[in-house]
Parts: sequence; structure tokens; C-alpha cells
Amino acid sequence: MLIKVQLLQESEVGSPSKIGGVAKLWHPRSGGNRRFPWHLAIFLAPAAVIYTAFMVYPLVDSLRLSLYNNSGSYIGLDNFRTLLGEPVFADRFWNALRNNFVFFAFHCLVQNPVGLALAALLTAKGIRGQHIYRTVIFLPTTLSVVIVGFIWRQILSPLWGINDSALLGESSTVLPTLSLISVWQFVGIPMIFFYAVLISIPDDLIEAARVDGANGWRIFWSITFPLLLPTLGIITVVTFIANFNAFDLIYTVKGALAGPEYSSDIMGTFFYRTFFGNQLALGDAAMGATVASAMFFVILIGVLAYMLLWQRRITTYQL
Amino acid sequence: MGLTSIDRPEIPSSSGNGASDNGRETRKRRMLAIKKPRFSAWGIHFVLLAYAAIALGPILLIVFNSLKSRRALFDSAFSVPTPGTFDLVGYRTVFEQANFERYFLNSFIVTVASVLLVVLLSAMAAHALVEYKFPGNTFLTIYMAIGIMIPIRLGTVSLLDFIVDLKLVNTLWALILVYTAMGIPLGIFLLSQFFRQVPGDIKAAARIDGANEYRIFGLVIPLVRPGLGAVAVFTMLPVWNDLWFPLILAPEESKRTVTLGAQQFLGQFASDWNAVLAALTLAMVPVLILYVIFSRQFLRGLTEGAVK
Repeated sequence: MLIKVQLLQESEVGSPSKIGGVAKLWHPRSGGNRRFPWHLAIFLAPAAVIYTAFMVYPLVDSLRLSLYNNSGSYIGLDNFRTLLGEPVFADRFWNALRNNFVFFAFHCLVQNPVGLALAALLTAKGIRGQHIYRTVIFLPTTLSVVIVGFIWRQILSPLWGINDSALLGESSTVLPTLSLISVWQFVGIPMIFFYAVLISIPDDLIEAARVDGANGWRIFWSITFPLLLPTLGIITVVTFIANFNAFDLIYTVKGALAGPEYSSDIMGTFFYRTFFGNQLALGDAAMGATVASAMFFVILIGVLAYMLLWQRRITTYQL
Repeated sequence: MGLTSIDRPEIPSSSGNGASDNGRETRKRRMLAIKKPRFSAWGIHFVLLAYAAIALGPILLIVFNSLKSRRALFDSAFSVPTPGTFDLVGYRTVFEQANFERYFLNSFIVTVASVLLVVLLSAMAAHALVEYKFPGNTFLTIYMAIGIMIPIRLGTVSLLDFIVDLKLVNTLWALILVYTAMGIPLGIFLLSQFFRQVPGDIKAAARIDGANEYRIFGLVIPLVRPGLGAVAVFTMLPVWNDLWFPLILAPEESKRTVTLGAQQFLGQFASDWNAVLAALTLAMVPVLILYVIFSRQFLRGLTEGAVK
């Protein structure tokens, strides 16, 4: 098989549109006699094969399985009808989905503003030791969610008691508490990403605005904030994806049943219970795959909303 | 950041990148001397210190109390351990009841192998996708990037079947392969940005000198070292800290990673506070030590990845 491979001439450094630039025929030394580009296969195949086998195939196959029953016959969308129609599944599904949105809302409303505030303070003029603060504040992010869950379970336990009201035991407080624990752990991520943007804003730009008479408030909303928007979008969509397949924290602190009375149940724990079973029900692979497909569609909608509604309207400025 | 180094005539190196980074910081600092701070520096320090205490406090509380006797744990929870309250009883329980050395070894093998594979395979693929024009290049680039957005966890039902078919259940290989697949999309995406900045002249000159394509790859690799670091940083922690795949693909006692081992142990010994605190500390300490040593490089890797 002859595959035409052309060598890229990169005269312009850093231009992303070099594909299709001045191209030369491959292989230079073999003249017109083109050979199979073995080096291309050797460079690309290992990554492509592992990625396809252990990521793409399972995802596609899992979507396929949600259209079959456990004995392997094709049943169309029946599994989805069960998931959304039968109370045994539907009650749990809508509950988990709603809880997951609450979980995500806490991240958006607390994690992003706190992360931004910390990043702004870190980059404030005249602050020494900023890398020490940065290191310390990012530290919880490096820990396993399991460890963080147990740390807080231990601290909030009535025996040590910062608070005796058992924040993790009552259905009205358990989800906000778990959300805030997660925010405590991951606030370092928006902080570090906002920090990266803030230090990249040239001082001259701020200077010029100040000379023109803009105050700090005006400078933030007219210069800094527009520059932060692309990063804010990325952080929000990444948080959305992470939240909608979160599992470890709830499983660690509340177990697979996500009690009390499923008040801390989110999609990840619902998926786990459906697939592997629990004290109350046997595991069900077909329904497990169906829940996974539902999660896939939720995440897909989130990602598409980000790409079509947000990313298109946001201007990215080159500094 | 990378662009500044490319403006120079000589071959840019990663230390060159660091230097320009520092240059920017000193320049900023010099400007401060002229400017009057807008907010009180003390106020800012106060807020940052308060938040640092919120971040660090719970962790220190666990570490300190793991070194105390059972009584002191409850009587004086908020003080540092003293000779009077010092006790290693929790650690003794942990080492008698659980195989933490084994868990550490497993986590170490899985993490190192996955990170090395992700970095190597993504570098090879990213280099090829950036360097050569061939039919399907755009398709392959998009195909490999889809995985950044879609969590591999959603394929668990089929993945478990597949791993069972391959007879890899309860092996570290199962974890290594899955984590490698999981890390490759972001790895390729990030590294492509770095490879694009490598000057074409270097490669052209090497080709004129008769270097083959593998040699060229070896030549450009040192030029994207900050990118390799960033990919390693992004890959490492999710692998070390993951609970889901060890729980599902390799739950056997002898194959447990630290995260799963600690989770199982902590579930079993929930009422033994000394053991719980000791196990938590043991599971945290390696990450904490590594983080404290490499925090500068680590955070630089993150920010470099972030601005790409």
C-alpha cells in the first residue's frame, strides 16, 4: 500500500496552521519511489492501539450493551424505559441526578470564587512568600479523595467534635457537607489556573489603564475578567465532568448506599450500585451499562453546551 | 513562556525556560518597589495565612494525633504530641493487620509504569501528528483528543469484561494499561503544543546531515522537556490516588494499591482511632514528602500545562 506522506517544512515557528504549508514529498532519498512510512506507524501505533483497546472500545461497547439485556438479546431502548420509568430505578436516577447538580453547583459557586480570590491575593503587589502559600493551599489537591474523606469523617465525628450535630449523618446536611469537603480539596486547581493567567497579564497593560484613570474595580472587570473567562470556562467544564463521574468521596464516607436514605447519592455511586449490586439488590450489567450511558449523555450535553454556547462567544486574547 | 526561549538563536533548553520565568518575577518585584501597595499587605497576608491554616490544619491534626496514645487523642486532640502523650500503638496495629509495604510497592509500580508509558507514547504520537502530513492526520488528532473529555469510567462494564477475557483481572497490568489509555489523550494534546514550538530549522539541519526520523525524534525530545514534565504531573496524581479501578479490576489483597488498601483497612477498623489515624498518615506521607520536595517543579508543570 502506498501512502503519500509529506514532510512538513516548518519555516514559521509556532504557527499552528503548518499542516498544509510548503510540503515536500516523502521520502527524500528514495526519489520518486515512495515507501511505506514505517516510522509513522511506529510512532503512532502504540498510543493509538492502547487508547483504542482500553478506552474507546470499552466506551463504545458499553453504549452498545445498554441496548441489550443480560442474556444478550437486542431490546432497543427498553433499558432506558426501565431506568426512567420503573420507580425502583427512576426514583434513584432522578434523585442521583438532582444531587449531582447540587454537588456541581456548590463547586461552581464556592470553588471558583474562592480560587479566584486566592489567586488574586497571591499575585497582589508586594506579597512575599507567595510560593509558600501556593504550595500549602494546593496541598490537599494532591491527596487521594479517600484520604480526604476519612480525614473529614474523623474530624466531623462527634467524638472529636468540631460540631456535634453530625453534619454527615443528617439527610439535610450531608450533601452540602460532602460538597464543601470536595471544594476544600480541589480549590487549588482553579487557584493555580487563575494564577497562571494573572501572572501572564503584562504589567504595562494595567499601568496604562491606571494612567488613564481606571480604578482597581474597573481594571478587574474591564481587563482582568475578560482575560480570565476562557480559563473559567475550562475549569467549569472540567469540574462538570469530574463531578458527574465522582464516586470516591461519597463511597468512602457514606458507602455504596450513599445514605441516609440516598440523600448523598450521585450518579457515580448509583452506577456502582446498579452494576455491582449491594445489600439490597443484585448487580445488573445491562442496567449498569444503561446508567453509564445516561452519565455519558449528561456529560456530553455539558461538553457540547460548553463548546457551542460558551467557547464560541468568548474571545481569547493573545498576550 | 516557551516562545521567549525560541526567539533565541541557540538551542533552547528547559533551564532557559526557568530563567526567563525568574526574570519575569524579578522584574515584577522591581516594579513593586516603585508602587505603593493598594491593599494593606498585612491584610493580604492575614487572609492567605488564614486560608493556609484551613488547608493545612486538618492534615496536621491527623498526623499529630496519629502519634498519640488513645487517651491523649481525645483529651488533648488539638495539641502537638509531647513525650507524655507520644505513642505508636496505631502504627503497630496497622503493620500487624495490613500489608502496607505491599500496597506501597503496588502503587509505586503502577504509577511509575503508567507515567513512563504515557509520557513516552504520547510524545511519540504527538511528534508524529505535528511533524508529518499524512491522510487522516486531522482525524487521528481529533480521535485521540476525544478521550480528554470523556471519562474512561463510563466504559467500566465492558472494560471489566475485556480485562476478564485477557485474563488480567487482579494483575497490576490491568491497572497500568487502563491508566496509560486514560493518560494518553491529554498527553498528546499538551505535548503537541510544545512540539509545535520546536524550530523547524533544527530538524531540517539534522535531515541534511543524514539523520533518520528516529534520530530526529531523539533530537527534539530534550527541547520539549517542560512539556514532558507537565504531562507527568497531570498523569501521576490521578493514578496514585484512584480508587475506582483498583476496586473493580484488582481488588485482591496482594494487588491492592495504597488508596484501595487504606480504604479497605479504614472501613474495617473504623472504631480503632489510633489505627485509622496511623493508616491515614501512612497513606499520605509519601505523597506529602514528594510534593514538598518537588512542589516548585510540580506547580510550574501545572501552570505550564495550564497556559498552553
